[in-house]
Amino acid sequence: MKNKVNREIPDEILASTGYKPFESVEYGHQVNQRVAPKVQATTGPNKVVESIDKIVEETVRDGMTISFHHHFREGDFVFNMVMRSIIDHGLKDLTLAPSSLTNVMNDIVVEAIEKGVVTNITSSGMRGSLGDVVSHGALKNPVIFRSHGGRARAIENGDIKIDVAFLGVPNADEMGNANGMNGETAFGSLGYALMDAQYANTLVLITDDLKPYPNTPASIKQTQVDYVVKVDKVGDPDKIGSGATRFTKDPKELQIAKMVNDVIIHSPYFKEGFSFQTGSGGAALAVTRFLRQAMLDNHITASFALGGITKPTIDLLEEGLVKKIMDVQDFDKGAAFSMKSNPNQQEIDASWYADPANKGAMVDKLDVAILSALEIDTKFNVNVMSGSDGVIRGAIGGHQDAATAKLTIISAPLVRGRIATIVPDVTTVITPGDSIDVVVTEIGLAINPKRTDLIEALSKVPGLPIYTIEELQERAQKIVGTPEPLQFTDRVVALAEYRDGTLIDVIKQVKD
Amino acid sequence: MVAEERLRRTMMFVPGNNPAMVKDAGIFGADSIMFDLEDAVSITEKDAARYLVYEALKTVDYGNAELVVRINGLDTPFYENDIKAMVKANIDVIRLPKVESAEMIKELEQLVESAEKEFGREVGSTHLMAAIESAQGVVNANEIAAASDRMIGIALSAEDYTTDMKTHRYPDGQELLYARNVILHAARAAGIAAFDTVFTNLDDTEGFYRETRLIHQLGFDGKSLINPRQIAMVNEVYQPTAKEILNAQNVIAAIEEARRKGSGVIAMNGQMVDRPVVLRAERVMRLAKANNLVDSEGNYIEK
Repeated sequence: MKNKVNREIPDEILASTGYKPFESVEYGHQVNQRVAPKVQATTGPNKVVESIDKIVEETVRDGMTISFHHHFREGDFVFNMVMRSIIDHGLKDLTLAPSSLTNVMNDIVVEAIEKGVVTNITSSGMRGSLGDVVSHGALKNPVIFRSHGGRARAIENGDIKIDVAFLGVPNADEMGNANGMNGETAFGSLGYALMDAQYANTLVLITDDLKPYPNTPASIKQTQVDYVVKVDKVGDPDKIGSGATRFTKDPKELQIAKMVNDVIIHSPYFKEGFSFQTGSGGAALAVTRFLRQAMLDNHITASFALGGITKPTIDLLEEGLVKKIMDVQDFDKGAAFSMKSNPNQQEIDASWYADPANKGAMVDKLDVAILSALEIDTKFNVNVMSGSDGVIRGAIGGHQDAATAKLTIISAPLVRGRIATIVPDVTTVITPGDSIDVVVTEIGLAINPKRTDLIEALSKVPGLPIYTIEELQERAQKIVGTPEPLQFTDRVVALAEYRDGTLIDVIKQVKD
Repeated sequence: MVAEERLRRTMMFVPGNNPAMVKDAGIFGADSIMFDLEDAVSITEKDAARYLVYEALKTVDYGNAELVVRINGLDTPFYENDIKAMVKANIDVIRLPKVESAEMIKELEQLVESAEKEFGREVGSTHLMAAIESAQGVVNANEIAAASDRMIGIALSAEDYTTDMKTHRYPDGQELLYARNVILHAARAAGIAAFDTVFTNLDDTEGFYRETRLIHQLGFDGKSLINPRQIAMVNEVYQPTAKEILNAQNVIAAIEEARRKGSGVIAMNGQMVDRPVVLRAERVMRLAKANNLVDSEGNYIEK
């Protein structure tokens, strides 16, 4: 059947998985029963175990669901250490349920898939060699992609039942009190991992820095932790977050950023106490700088900045232009290391950040979100998952969640090299067009026709080049031509959930 | 003056051998885009760059920008093919580098005319401009500016010029003062545009503003640019003040008033408005519109 974003969802998938097709971006007031983890009481003097092998032998069994976080990003050592041990122990049929998968994890996941160690994966996304093998049908069962808010919801309601969570931390004491903000390998907010800490049946902390008891501030508490493993190194500090964020000099990115800023400041939301979320790309960081100037010029401050945080946003906090940072993860060292000294940089978990099945998430209060896209179609649907070759190479991240903001702006170049960004139909729908308000490219912007209020407000701005989305799509096509349609087999290799747990699209195996 | 004079505040250089920059050249709002086949292109890429710019001119929508190409000099083997390809591609303006005499423009004009005939283009529709890059060129600026009806402007190119003058560029620009004024006078006397030279240190924002304010004060139409980031800075310097805009609106209202009354004399606040005032008012309103300082009806937008 076709769902509400006109995506063909095979009936056998709906029948075998029990998924409902995507209906609406409105979550409403559903009542859900949450699940609680099993808790084995601990009374010993400490929980420190000397080796990962010992823990794997003791805790992991065939068929279990194991989880990790991706806060160490490309500097992660923990994932590889644990997965090595799991593969070497000959375990089978595991479900891998990390908050996301970074490139540094690819090789060992591919090995685990080939050896039958991992037969199910749920993640925010995947890239590189892993995305490639999955798109070519290597995994036994379809991957399930979930947004950060969607993962929090799935953990709370039992769709993801974590048997053992292996969480790397830059510091912990012998009982498991830990945070992400102190130490050489600090990454700042533990936002995504806090879900695993709260809901996993068994929680294993892995650290290279055992602190005197009690270790505070404790984002993960000893009441949640079963074991603490001491290893030599949990990560490479130089790869955990990018270094000093440099302001882009790319004139095209600046052009886009300036136009995004123009949209924001001429929207009805740019007023005292507004809130915003930006990404970590070059254009997004440039928006932060333009926005800073606009806030100074107009004597406006923001009540909060949300989501993944970078140093330029910390600068706004320290300048008093942003009152609070609600921080689910940190993209660079500047943001990671400031958390311990900035009481207004509040660590939030993924549920608080973005879970639709909550008693209120931060994204519900969000005024402006600036997001990126691999593709946008003429229905304003966004793809952040599959490339122009149909291969998985992205992550939902908080895209679906932040897109529920009152003003959601997609910033993207009209074309990338020889590939159109604005297309008649996206390869994979990840974020529905109903939650997208404005698309900004270097040549001009398009406003979702449903937002007549924005069309009226922005049309009054002289010099703002406003097109219809169809005009932008035609411009892109005129530049790069019409590509041959992608070829897929009938086999479904991945399911894309909407944040409410319905199925928004499926990804099929690519045909070579 | 024929049609409405166009704004030429910014002439952005685009290396003719760089596909990405050629493709995106239209998005930054430059008044003129100058595709470079000359110094930016190495000897081994001359043909490739000519093809690339030709195809881009045929394919890419550059909006309202005036399209200029800097061809290779007449002492090079690329000169004639550059002219033919660019005339065929319907370029707006051909810019000849290192011009030292009116004869060089006259020779170019003949080749352009025969190319126009060869490719079925209206004779006279290809405009010309000259870059003055030497003492000889400055000395002959008057005759160069007036060498052809096709001329739309002359430009100072300071790197070669200062070398020729046995000096180099200084922050205060004293070494260019004579050349700038000569070129400006030659342009104004011939009724064409005057373009100032490039400013190459992208990190010296303050120096760029200082130079742009100077050439704006002297009366240059605008400036050659090497990076799109410089466009907004030039436009900012050329942007009229609120007072200038309000005054211009009053002048234009007085013109309307006179026209309605069928009066030949335009009066404002009891004083006669003469032609220079009218011209200046029209230019102010063009600049105000280009800087988005007035709405579509010409009303000033309060910031």
